[in-house]
Amino acid sequence: MANIVQFENVGLRYGAGEETLCDVSFTLRSGQFHFLTGASGAGKTSLLRLLYLSQRPSRGIIRLFGEDAVILPRDRLPGFRRRIGVVFQDFRLVPHLSAADNIALPLRVAGMAESEVARAVREMLAWIGLSERAGARPATLSGGEQQRVAIARAVIARPELLVADEPTGNVDPAMAERLLHLFSSLHRLGTTVVMATHDWHLIERVPGAHHLHLERGRLVDAEWPEVPPPVPPPASIEPRAPTPSPRSTIVRSGL
Amino acid sequence: MKRSKATRGGAEARALDDGGGAHVMSWVIAIMLFLTLLSGAAGLATAHAAGALDRQMAGRLTVQIVEGETQRRDAAAAQVLRVLRTLPDVARATPVAQADLARMLEPWLGSDAEAAGLPVPALVDVDLTSDDAAAIARVTAAVTRASPAARVDSHATWLGPVGRLLDTAAWLAGAIILLMLVATGAVVMLAARAGLEAHRATIEVIHMLGATDRQVARLFQRRIALDAGIGAVVGSVIAGGAIALIARQVGALESELLGGLRLGIADLGMLIALPFGFVALAIGAARLAVLRQMRRML
Repeated sequence: MANIVQFENVGLRYGAGEETLCDVSFTLRSGQFHFLTGASGAGKTSLLRLLYLSQRPSRGIIRLFGEDAVILPRDRLPGFRRRIGVVFQDFRLVPHLSAADNIALPLRVAGMAESEVARAVREMLAWIGLSERAGARPATLSGGEQQRVAIARAVIARPELLVADEPTGNVDPAMAERLLHLFSSLHRLGTTVVMATHDWHLIERVPGAHHLHLERGRLVDAEWPEVPPPVPPPASIEPRAPTPSPRSTIVRSGL
Repeated sequence: MKRSKATRGGAEARALDDGGGAHVMSWVIAIMLFLTLLSGAAGLATAHAAGALDRQMAGRLTVQIVEGETQRRDAAAAQVLRVLRTLPDVARATPVAQADLARMLEPWLGSDAEAAGLPVPALVDVDLTSDDAAAIARVTAAVTRASPAARVDSHATWLGPVGRLLDTAAWLAGAIILLMLVATGAVVMLAARAGLEAHRATIEVIHMLGATDRQVARLFQRRIALDAGIGAVVGSVIAGGAIALIARQVGALESELLGGLRLGIADLGMLIALPFGFVALAIGAARLAVLRQMRRML
């Protein structure tokens, strides 16, 4: 399995304060599912920001898709970003766009023809169970629906790396379970997933998942708390994985 | 992957909402363009008038024979005319008919000034073959020798200040146009920056999804081009109406001096190009502003 991400002694400091991340080193291999845990303020969001190229580290080496992301010229960053799907903690849906248009954004940014965009968006809406709400604006969607739109937007371009910042943080346990299955489905299709979460119950529900635990900006060995045994998700909410798209509909970076 | 610019354009454009203040830009462009077109028309017409005046004044003299006694005046005028017509510097010498002169003086001196004993001069209009000072000096010397009562007035001398005023007005109009263009560019840049700020959250999302700076700039260019286009049409129509109205009123004055205030085909072409220039300027300024702002983001 190829290394998708490699951090070596990465440090991140905002301004003149203490380091938010300190000597962080880890490797993510292609096709793995990773949970990122840690208390609030431990540096999870900062680490994810480094992963999805919203921030450069203060020190250390970050290799992304085999290239040094720290010294990557600015004009090559968009190509790398198109290989990464991001689910933001606060969804960041574009408020004046419909659910369908929000989901279509990555494909339009990548320059895909509208006919192909429409087909891919239809598939994705069906996958997340929101076909009936395609034209709805985010303000009219429930929290869970917004969450699913945000996830659909993150995965529609079939990213090689999916980064999700507490995607289940604002939803009830049933919805959290449902969303986790969306991620698992994508993972089964070959995407490397990094999900930041506080919810240890979710971690137990993904067998074989890897675990990164942050404490005060440092990666430490995780302690696994007692959690209840996993329960299978109800059949009615099992997401329908999309048929693997033909090559022409998969948006790659063009790199 | 198929790419379709035509279909992509409209869909991408939706990424930015109207933002409430979108039509302000149209009005700003309309007002700026209206003022610029008026200044431009005034400047070009004035430059035209200044040119016409220059051509009128160049190498033209009026010889005035001031003699109280009519017979002596007419004899001196005839002598001066004979001399003038022999000079190589003179292209044409034409006496002004006394009847015409009396008609010109009538508002000030009454209908029968000569009968009342008021000295009315004899005038000869002279066109020189060149307008250089040496030619004027030679003709002046010859006329003075022919009749000591003769006085030579160069049109350039007495109409010179008017010509300079027209030149200044034309340059001033040019300067106003330049200032308007600079101000419009600055306003558009400010509007683009404000738009970028208003849409910051959307731009950040699009940016994180892998949009290039040029893609983001294109979104704003489309928006600004549309607003500027609407503004350009409105400003041009209103300015065109105002210019046509003023032109008609100037024409109705039948003034020889103001008659030079007119617009040629080339002038109209320049004025028609201004709205297109405004839109292009607006698009360029918006692109510059957005690209500058985007470079501040990682």
